[in-house]
Amino acid sequence: MPVWIGVTVFLVFLMLFPLWSIFRASLWDESGFSLGRYLEVFTNPVFLKAIWNTVVISFWVGVISVVIGALLAWLVTRTDLPWKKPIRALVMASFVTPPFLGAFAWTLLAGPNAGALNKLYRFITGSEDALFNVFTMPGLIFVMALYSFPYVFSMVANVCELISSDLEDAAEILGANKWQTAWTVTMPLALPALIGGFILAFLHSLSLFGAPAILGLPAGIHTITTQIWALFQYPPRLDIAAAFSVPLLLATMVLIAVQKKILGRRGFSTVGGKGGQKRLIRFGWARVPVLLLVLGILSLSVFLPYWILLKAALSSAWAMPLTWDNFTLKNFSFAFFEYGDTQRAIYNTFKLGILTATIGTLVATLIAYITNRNLFRGARYLTFFALAPLVIPGIVLAVGLFIAYTRPPLVLYGTIWILFVAYLTKEMPIGFSQAESTFKSIHPELEDASRIIGANRLLSLKDVTVPLARSGLIAAWSFIFIGVIRELSASILLFAPASKVVSVVIFDLKEEGQVGVISVLGILLLAASFAVILAVQWFAGRDVVATRE
Amino acid sequence: MRKSLTFLLFTLLVATVSAAFAQDAALVQAARKEGKVVWHTSLALPSSTAIAHYFQNKYKGIEVEVHRNGSQRVLQRFMQETAAGIKNADIVHTSDAGHFELLKDKNLLLKFTPQGVASFPDGFKDKAGFYYGMRATLSVIAYNPKIVSEKDAPQTWKDLLNSKWSGKQVTAHPGYSGIIMTHVLALVNVYGWEYFRDLAKNKLHLVQSANDPAGVVASGERPVGVNGAEYFYYKTLKQGNPIKIVYPKEGVPLVVSPVAIAKDAPHPNAAKLFTEFIFAKESQQLLADKEGLYTGHPEVTYPADKPKLKDLKLLPADADELEKRNAEIRKRFVEIFGA
Repeated sequence: MPVWIGVTVFLVFLMLFPLWSIFRASLWDESGFSLGRYLEVFTNPVFLKAIWNTVVISFWVGVISVVIGALLAWLVTRTDLPWKKPIRALVMASFVTPPFLGAFAWTLLAGPNAGALNKLYRFITGSEDALFNVFTMPGLIFVMALYSFPYVFSMVANVCELISSDLEDAAEILGANKWQTAWTVTMPLALPALIGGFILAFLHSLSLFGAPAILGLPAGIHTITTQIWALFQYPPRLDIAAAFSVPLLLATMVLIAVQKKILGRRGFSTVGGKGGQKRLIRFGWARVPVLLLVLGILSLSVFLPYWILLKAALSSAWAMPLTWDNFTLKNFSFAFFEYGDTQRAIYNTFKLGILTATIGTLVATLIAYITNRNLFRGARYLTFFALAPLVIPGIVLAVGLFIAYTRPPLVLYGTIWILFVAYLTKEMPIGFSQAESTFKSIHPELEDASRIIGANRLLSLKDVTVPLARSGLIAAWSFIFIGVIRELSASILLFAPASKVVSVVIFDLKEEGQVGVISVLGILLLAASFAVILAVQWFAGRDVVATRE
Repeated sequence: MRKSLTFLLFTLLVATVSAAFAQDAALVQAARKEGKVVWHTSLALPSSTAIAHYFQNKYKGIEVEVHRNGSQRVLQRFMQETAAGIKNADIVHTSDAGHFELLKDKNLLLKFTPQGVASFPDGFKDKAGFYYGMRATLSVIAYNPKIVSEKDAPQTWKDLLNSKWSGKQVTAHPGYSGIIMTHVLALVNVYGWEYFRDLAKNKLHLVQSANDPAGVVASGERPVGVNGAEYFYYKTLKQGNPIKIVYPKEGVPLVVSPVAIAKDAPHPNAAKLFTEFIFAKESQQLLADKEGLYTGHPEVTYPADKPKLKDLKLLPADADELEKRNAEIRKRFVEIFGA
């Protein structure tokens, strides 16, 4: 019993303390209660502009993500498109690529003058103009969508897998052609997933910090997250940052509620778990052009950015062709041997990744177990707390944690523990939902057997249930690990010089324009992520990571 | 008589020098015991890393932990740590002299005068003895000669306002860089904010660090830098990149970057030793030779292809004014340029 209560209290404290800190700081100061900060946030044109920019950007990111994500999902689930496995893997790679790294790579690809793609365009057409300027609102939206569409993809793909072809057959028997069927039958069935995916992509882009900072700020475009970050400059205005966080928090809450409502109202009764057959649409001769289109889209999020990072890492001058004269390993030797921050940051990043993933999985497992087996009265309300961080953008969480843990009695700032708390909080929903769905699939009777033989609850959990849930829990572990090593939006406010992590070092280097070194560290981050995914897949013996959500 | 006087003077000299050596030996020993010095610096990453390595080679067993960031970020993080009661930084070094007035007023600096700084010019010394200018640079115009011909190139600050440069210029940010903070103050004092409002009409590319424009200009992303650290342009040029530096005749902002020891430095002796080290002639000469910097040391010589400071019209900045107008400058810059 003490274990269950302890975990519960820990979780509730973890979630409530930073939120409480934000509300307190936004409403009270030494001179008492005041709504003045909210008044300032909603009347200052600079802040209003940032809010408007954020809404416009997130809306279009949502729309583009739905178009790309739904198209790809439909193609890999409902058609005879070849190379489905590699395509899924590439979507996964887009998901794993940190958006700030993608944004950085795109500055090298599509800067209006020196960007590799624009140079190529000018070379081919002889034009003086740029094909595409990434330092604009559309540029920012485009790049953010490239790293948000996997959310839509996974939602829509799951639904498409389940819709049986019987319904489509019925429509065709009644005389509908292929496109009418798709429009009147398949589409409405997939609609909740599309809207849900739109909201997820919208929320994801709302909470991003790195991409807007790298692509938006050079063009004078502020978003809510970059504005909150700017408020931390000396002399810091934490109170305003807190007041500015609250609208972001509320917007996220409302959207999640809407998403729940939409997904909840439209029953999936037609979408059976098993039942109907799935028949693939045949493309015939069009298979190859469609495949090329798909690979073209994925080259925007994966191949081109990875290629330019590798090129920049290996050249003295990134904008020049990679000839022998321009080839160098200096960036690597500087990054690994001369630059002191690298080793410290790598150490911190992996330490935090492993710690958070391990403890996060443990806590998530215990919480999921408590709610699933309803161990005490009101246990199911814990679900709410475990999922609460879904509605807290990383930077808002960081504002709360910064206010909460930089002053006595509990000073965590300056150590890696404040980052640990941030990551643990932020990754709890992923760990929890993974653990919960795993437990749902394991019937309690097996535990009951072990308890009848005399084991207590904790022991049966350890010896019976957890081994059965092994691969699900390993998946939870690796999601948390990947989430941690690519985290920037909370880390950027919470790190201190002694507790830098790789993402923060990359951002610092970006501000100084150290292109080669950033590329080296970016490649390292990607390599580590893929190594973990491969190791976990090998270890768990199945495609755990590909079946997210 | 004369002989004995010479002898006396000689003995005196030997005594002072050896006393100084003994003092140095004691300092080195105490610093070794601490084993480490934490340097919060705004000096460009390759340069600050190089200096750390020079020091570590000379004083084996004392590690220099370099935390490089923009001047305003260095201050932000130092103040965040101070507010949380964390004593981590030993040495603070930024290019915004105003920071040191602020830190001095808040009683966060240790009074320490390294040997030899008495001979430095006035602009390098705090009268109260808390901080000294370790290096200096200029904020200059630069362009890419592969894209812009010399005939077309901007020669004065006002040339930059020409609308033919629309979409072709890059500026660094005073909210990040102390060099640019000093630059903006110096130019506002000469031309007023009107100048920056006109400049902004050319839709500049905004970067943060005063070092970043060098890469942006060299790559051709924007062929003209409207400001930026001269030493970094110079270093980038020396690496074979297409860059030409312009020192406007109407005046060039001179940026002196002070260094000071934190009052609560966890490694005070290593901090003192490091401070002595960077003000020694040998190190100051290295800054000039390898990093393209100017220094306050009167005996340091400079590469032949760099202009002499006395041949330029300099626009020096006043530390007190920098401190007082810091918030205003950042605010107005953001209003004018959007971020």
